[in-house]
Amino acid sequence: MSDPPARVEIVSVTDVEAAALELHRATLSNGLRVLIAPDPTTPVVGVSVHVDVGFRSEPEGRTGFAHLFEHLMFQGSESLEKLAHFRHVQASGGIFNGSTHQDYTDYFEVLPGAALERALFLEADRLRAPKLTVENLRNQVDVVKEEIRLNVVNRPYGGFPWILLPPVLYDTFPNAHNGYGDFSELEQATLEDAASFFDTFYAPGNALLTVHGDVAEHGVDGVLALVEKHFGDIPARPTPQRPSFAEPVPGSERRQSVPDAHAPLPAMAIGYRVPDPSTEPDSYLAHAMLASVLTDGEAARLQRRLVHADGLVTDVSASNGLMGGPLDARDPDTFTITAVHPSDVEPDRVLGAVDDELDRLAAQGPSVDELSRQSARWASALHREDDRVMFRMLGLGARELLYGRAELALELPARLAALRPEQIAEAAGRLRGAGRAVLLVEPATDQSDQEENS
Amino acid sequence: MTATQSPDVAARTRTAEEIGRTGTGPRPLPALGRTRDVPLPDVTTATLPNGLKVLAAHRPGVPMVEVLLRIPAATGSATADPAYTAGMEVLVETMLTGTATRDRVGIDDELAAVGGELGVGVDPEWLQAGGSALASGLPTVLDVLADVLTGATHPDDEVARERGRLAERIAVARAQPRTVAREALQLKRFGTHPISSEMPTAESVAGITAERVRELHADTVVPDGARLVLVGDIDPDTAIESVRARLGGWTGTHPARELSAPPAVVAGDLELVHRPGSVQSQLRLTAPGVSRDDPRYTAFQLANLVFGGYFSSRWMENIREDKGYTYGAHSSQEFVPGGAVLGVDTDVASDVTAAALLETRYELGRMAAVPPTTEEVESARRYAIGSLLISLDSQSALAGTLSVLDSVGLGVEWLRERPARLEDVTISQVADAACEFFAPTRFTGVVVGDADVVGPRLRALGGVTREGSA
Repeated sequence: MSDPPARVEIVSVTDVEAAALELHRATLSNGLRVLIAPDPTTPVVGVSVHVDVGFRSEPEGRTGFAHLFEHLMFQGSESLEKLAHFRHVQASGGIFNGSTHQDYTDYFEVLPGAALERALFLEADRLRAPKLTVENLRNQVDVVKEEIRLNVVNRPYGGFPWILLPPVLYDTFPNAHNGYGDFSELEQATLEDAASFFDTFYAPGNALLTVHGDVAEHGVDGVLALVEKHFGDIPARPTPQRPSFAEPVPGSERRQSVPDAHAPLPAMAIGYRVPDPSTEPDSYLAHAMLASVLTDGEAARLQRRLVHADGLVTDVSASNGLMGGPLDARDPDTFTITAVHPSDVEPDRVLGAVDDELDRLAAQGPSVDELSRQSARWASALHREDDRVMFRMLGLGARELLYGRAELALELPARLAALRPEQIAEAAGRLRGAGRAVLLVEPATDQSDQEENS
Repeated sequence: MTATQSPDVAARTRTAEEIGRTGTGPRPLPALGRTRDVPLPDVTTATLPNGLKVLAAHRPGVPMVEVLLRIPAATGSATADPAYTAGMEVLVETMLTGTATRDRVGIDDELAAVGGELGVGVDPEWLQAGGSALASGLPTVLDVLADVLTGATHPDDEVARERGRLAERIAVARAQPRTVAREALQLKRFGTHPISSEMPTAESVAGITAERVRELHADTVVPDGARLVLVGDIDPDTAIESVRARLGGWTGTHPARELSAPPAVVAGDLELVHRPGSVQSQLRLTAPGVSRDDPRYTAFQLANLVFGGYFSSRWMENIREDKGYTYGAHSSQEFVPGGAVLGVDTDVASDVTAAALLETRYELGRMAAVPPTTEEVESARRYAIGSLLISLDSQSALAGTLSVLDSVGLGVEWLRERPARLEDVTISQVADAACEFFAPTRFTGVVVGDADVVGPRLRALGGVTREGSA
């Protein structure tokens, strides 16, 4: 490989002005935490509620319930008939959504600043008194089943790797089970399950409200007064004790194959455990940087080795975090390397090459320039994401809920840029030193057994 | 979900009915404040002597710049040309793999140094090179862009390697039901017009030589007719000068080739495409749409929202929130040369495919028979205005919108005036548009699914013929 014609000055991330965003915090008397981050440069405002329950907390026999319940929260509340929530958000010029993660569930809307109070009202009404009915439950079980058919059952590589890899890497139900849920268990969900889930996990003290963007004439104090007006009279309820999901790191390799009737080519996922982001934050972030050094860009280690030099795989990707991004879950979380490869390539050849590259990184580390380039890419990717009120709000809220520090979202580019080569080397060595999960997706020609597991 | 979670808490669990009721009772919805205008920057425009048009806008917020180059890149053939589609696909896959002075890794390293990304893609109408970088890195991105546009060598070994990867990626893409449905729909509505050739076959890719790719590059990567949009934390005049210095010397032997207008969509039976083993079916209905310069365009847009253009639409509320047939149902417009086409898309379980089609036809008919109410139109109007504010609230979205509008001769003024046009549309204009454009008799389309399972009921329903196989 030849050098570029002229040496290019690598942008130093610390030279790029960090996002100037003031964070204001409060806690209402019922325990609801509030985070306000005004941004006068945008005409839109975002309101989100992060609830401290994800699919790891759903009980055995009720896989997929946290996600199903997320759907139910859109189905009406004391002041809002079914469909009214959607209609009011959209008729205010806004967009909405919700999502269920390992450790939290978020609900949000982004609207013109003029609709701020309306958005607070809509979120408060369902956090206070959602209307849970059998009819809506049955309807949303059907909708969720269609969502799963769309994203998993009826397409190639459905649930790869986020559903398929955890049961290989983990032993305990919270970490190993399918967060989308089995159809049979979704069908068994009852209204009593829903009531109990709400009362247990949706206590105001178990949630965080985030307001970000155009707060117009209200100012921070005005927003806080509106929050108090709409959320203040939700009665306090006991906050559930959060269980530990810790389990031992596997000491050896575990391997499993699954057939995929729609897949034309084999695929593989390698899963490793990562350091706890709250007790070893820099070591955790070194794993995020390691993922970039391995697969982000044509110059990344595994792109050069697996795709171009050895021609073993069609595409390869690495990520620190099961759901795709860093700092989105508490411990334990997963580092993944995924690849799609031709049928005539033995998976062990891919694994061998990955091990080689990790060994090389563990022994020599990445170069300083290599790290600087990846830092600059991270910084610009994070800036680009922050250019949308929705993403910035959700990033702030998730980090505040999970780690008590929304600032992590703002500091991320600088903290990644401060990592030294030896920290990346250590991360690579750590992956090589521990057990791992290897999932092999094998094209199956038999189409008879691909109906969902109902 | 019983006492196992946390006994002391579960002991106090209320019933669903108790949860949904408070002493205060239902509360009134707060009023809206005044919506701010869409804050749109001025756009500076210049056309270089080689025909390249440059649009630049200062839009700070984050210290980034978006770069978007689009070159009309249609085939010279009057009908779909698989070899051309394959050649162009290999061309874009190897565009960033080497020039006289940079190799694949060198190109990527240079971009990464300024936090840059650059991607190249192609469709039947456009060749597109888009990227972003930290704003201070714009000159570097333009250096790399100019080098690959004027000097990409498409090395023999890279062409060979990318040909192989492309064949594998095509196999993966064609295993996706949405790809199967898209290809069937394009064929159904546009026949052999080049617009329907979106993805090459593995066989046609195998026949593409490096020499052929280099010929295609000289033939299609030309400045006359191309437009480059720059949006970000930049000074527009400086940015344009920077482009002039780097791309002023880019030449071509002829203007870029624009795609001809495809034939108008003709109403008719839906075609059932067999995909063995499917547990869901893709319903893809289509009808002629309305172009932006049509006086009925804004009314049509609101009618589309009422039908299926957003969540609070008749169709979505029916087949998802009432019947539970689907996770999503969307109707939207796609602009094509000379006009537009309306698309009505949903994926539904096999056993409710016929039922979902019946409800879809019912809702289309209802658009004609039962005009949108004042409440429905006002909701759509507020959504259209507000979501315009949200959708333009990023550099990348603004760059994309400016590029698309400019290609049909519209500028930022058209965007600025959009809220006013949306305010001005009357209820009866929307009713007229609903009746005229959503009548079920205007539609054709495809259903992709397991024909053995969904076929009998669809045939009984009528208006569906079985043709191909996926």
